[in-house]
Amino acid sequence: MSCASFYNSTFEGEINLSLKIAVLSGKGGTGKTTISTNLAKVLSKNRKVLLLDADVEEPNDHLFYNITFEKEKSVNIFIPKVNKETCTLCGLCAKECQFGAINVFEKGVFVFQHLCHGCGVCSEICVLNAIDEVSKSIGQIKFGTSNFFDFGMGLMNIGEPSGVRIVRELKKYISNDYDVTIIDAPPGTSCPVVEVLQNVDFAILVTESSPFGLHDLKLAVSLVREMGIAFGVVINRYDPSFFELEEYIKSEDISLLMKIEFDKNIAKWYSQGFLIVDKSEELYKNFEVLFENIIEVLK
Amino acid sequence: MKQIAVVSGKGGTGKTILSASLCYLFENPVMSDCDVDASNLHLLLSPLEIIESYKYYGGKKAKINYQKCTNCGICKDKCRFEAIDFKEGKYVINEYACEGCKLCVLTCPEEAINLIENLAGNYYKSRCSRGILVHGDLKPGEETSGGLVAEVRKKSYSEAEKSKKDVIIIDGAPGIGCPATSSVAGVNLAVVVTEPTLSGFHDLKRMVDTLKKMRVKFAVVINKFDLNESAKLEEWCFSENIDLLGKIPFDEMVNVATKEAKPIILYENSIAAKAIKDIYLRILDKFF
Repeated sequence: MSCASFYNSTFEGEINLSLKIAVLSGKGGTGKTTISTNLAKVLSKNRKVLLLDADVEEPNDHLFYNITFEKEKSVNIFIPKVNKETCTLCGLCAKECQFGAINVFEKGVFVFQHLCHGCGVCSEICVLNAIDEVSKSIGQIKFGTSNFFDFGMGLMNIGEPSGVRIVRELKKYISNDYDVTIIDAPPGTSCPVVEVLQNVDFAILVTESSPFGLHDLKLAVSLVREMGIAFGVVINRYDPSFFELEEYIKSEDISLLMKIEFDKNIAKWYSQGFLIVDKSEELYKNFEVLFENIIEVLK
Repeated sequence: MKQIAVVSGKGGTGKTILSASLCYLFENPVMSDCDVDASNLHLLLSPLEIIESYKYYGGKKAKINYQKCTNCGICKDKCRFEAIDFKEGKYVINEYACEGCKLCVLTCPEEAINLIENLAGNYYKSRCSRGILVHGDLKPGEETSGGLVAEVRKKSYSEAEKSKKDVIIIDGAPGIGCPATSSVAGVNLAVVVTEPTLSGFHDLKRMVDTLKKMRVKFAVVINKFDLNESAKLEEWCFSENIDLLGKIPFDEMVNVATKEAKPIILYENSIAAKAIKDIYLRILDKFF
């Protein structure tokens, strides 16, 4: 069944459109970017698609498309600036700061900018109002279009500790105008990934046929289960000889959405910045089936 | 004592495989798995026996006492992390978004909010095939993984001091954020593993900028260098005056070894193992 007919016959009317799909993996380098960029291309054939690259530490999706960026804005937090004349070095700000970002010494107050979360506690509690807040950029978000879909990405400034706030801003591009939004998450299962997962409809967990892939998949599964998000698994670099992975997926009653066999060509295409669905008709069809499988799980 | 961290901006470039092999090449190492989001080093250093186990308390979380709450909404207005929602007639803390900053606690006129200690993970001292391994597991969905990495580093350091070890091998966290920078802070050498892909190259540059900013000494290893043209990467390293420690070829044996839960270095005839041995010798030569 072609994608278009599937869309008309079974999909429409049953599932509320403007579907938000997160692509994640516990382990890095399993193929999140491959899945996100190729799925976006395949779905954009007859749907309005938004692709967001939320791996703000190391975003890569834009390397696979010619993107025309139309908007760019800085993501800022507010950090404290202490007015030396008013400050009496009472130390209350340092006592209440939960992040050790503001320190009071005999000679003055010192702010460790990279520890500051910009929460505003210090300026709020300073009884003398000696703390002002000044804006500081922690990264940017960019928005534009490829020839096929709309695209947004975040880029954390070098030296910043966390991109959570950038992800939050990036996700504000999500709207009901899009039939599907695909969000490419950073690796791991900690705070930036959780930020990606908030309010999504579905999570694609990308893993690979190795003990590392299996170990880290279990962590990702426990996260999406805890957050109550529907999900399924894609096995990249599939190798049937590592049967433990499929055994786990079966025993946990997890939907297996797609397998991509290990193929040196795929590695080569990826390394050169090509989309694998542009290189292989079979893979193109597999990505169409991947989406059909996602809809099946969501029903 | 020297600390060597194996890192990469991009995930999946081969940090753990290289780290595990270095653990076998160096005599008497203490091993430190700092990828607490997805710790894998122990899988290649089995059998593993946990000797000591510690709890890691990360950032605290706000909790509302509904007996005192009057639904005034000040907390929601004040919160800068969008961590307080109004749902079904009451204000609720979104624990995933709460960073435990205490602003709501301090500004609540009814004193209805408290900060609660939050168990964010565990870390362990274990005995493995190559000696002492310190590793941690962050609970999925938690923040402050950089803090847990710091605990793993501290424990590794004290173990190395105590038993007079010469070297700590650190398997770092991917990315350039807090877990990654905590993995490399203050090490003697950061070995940056990359691969000849567009993504690998892009991420390497951001990692290098991060390390330069931190003033950490580093050198580069190109893994699977023959999967694509790696000349551009090498030229870039040369032009930036970056030490290239070596190039590891694509080798089917690496997958075989990993599936058998062994580091590739134990397969002496493999071409990847030979390349890693050369890298080890170069580290000794240049940095010891």
